[in-house]
Amino acid sequence: MELAIGIILGCCALGAGIAMIAGIGPGIGEGNAVAKACEAIGRQPESKGAVTSTMIIGCAVAETTGLYALIVAILLIFVAPNIFVGVLTGALAAII
Amino acid sequence: MTDIKSKKFKIIDILLLICSILPIFGVILLKILTYEPASGVALRGARVFFQIPMPIQDLYITESQLNSWAVVISILFLCLYFTHGLSKDAHTKRQLAIEWVVEKVDGMIDENMGARFASFSPFIIAMIALSAFSSLLSLFGLFPPTSDLNITAGWAILVFALITYYKLKCGPVNYLAGFASPTPILAPINFISEFATPISFAFRHYGNVLSGVVISVLIGAALQGLSGMLLGWLPGFLADIPFLQIGIPAVFSIYFDVFSGCLQAYIFAMLTMMNVSSAFDAEEFERRKIKKEQNKLNKSNKKV
Repeated sequence: MELAIGIILGCCALGAGIAMIAGIGPGIGEGNAVAKACEAIGRQPESKGAVTSTMIIGCAVAETTGLYALIVAILLIFVAPNIFVGVLTGALAAII
Repeated sequence: MTDIKSKKFKIIDILLLICSILPIFGVILLKILTYEPASGVALRGARVFFQIPMPIQDLYITESQLNSWAVVISILFLCLYFTHGLSKDAHTKRQLAIEWVVEKVDGMIDENMGARFASFSPFIIAMIALSAFSSLLSLFGLFPPTSDLNITAGWAILVFALITYYKLKCGPVNYLAGFASPTPILAPINFISEFATPISFAFRHYGNVLSGVVISVLIGAALQGLSGMLLGWLPGFLADIPFLQIGIPAVFSIYFDVFSGCLQAYIFAMLTMMNVSSAFDAEEFERRKIKKEQNKLNKSNKKV
């Protein structure tokens, strides 16, 4: 029983860590977006306002996948262990 | 016309300001009265104050709901304060300030949505104010309502209803046919992407604010441990005071609370505007309008 709960907790923590690998994608994407925005402003300094606001919205949209990963990780750490342990104890009680 | 120098005007002014600050103080007082101290990394969701029994599921009145009500009331009184003593020839500072805000939002809507949606500016400005002030509540050490998924999901459902309403303006047949474009095989994917919009709206705002809360809690706990390690040799009660926790978290909260909160409010409003305006097919709507008028004309001609 203790071993099973230990495996559940450990796997939840591992899963949260693996989920956050998704943070790489938005990082690269937003970096590209900002780099291109800097280039655009360098080429046309008068269009700074429009480029900046468009870039911020693009960054927010690109960030969404990273935030999904964050939410999955937070659910795995704070919510999932309780549910899984509850399911396990319920199943064991049903068998016995 | 009201005289802005008169005593009555000033008294009403002060009363409105007090009314706008009072809800926030009430929530802070409630937080102090029901606070349970915790050490180390303590992350909890919204506290449930009480629940009202309902037929399908109990209705929970939580901290996030109370806080957002407080924000709503305080914004209401702030609006009353700013519009108190409006005049045609603007000569008070507050009128100039609020006119600047209204003009900015009107310009934003004109730029992104077009003149047809000019009536959207009260909705958008209310959305920005509610979202920004809710996120800024964390500056008072309160639970920011936007770090509760239920609140942002409610707003996202509202936006989804607006999008669907403007899609249905071109008739239900057109709405259903929109799912089968460009080919009918893609219908399931279109269907999923339709419902992904409100989900991504809700999760984007919630995730951004929540990540700020999580990181500030981690920074607070780390600084507490660090000051315990570095300054633990001090005699007496001095060792128990977490010196490093004074001031340093405020620097981080400039980014995570102020910048991130205001940015998310702006982005939420911006994406609402873009989604709603792109949901409405103006050309098709005009075509249908002309067709309807022609049909009416034909019918009346037949009767004659």
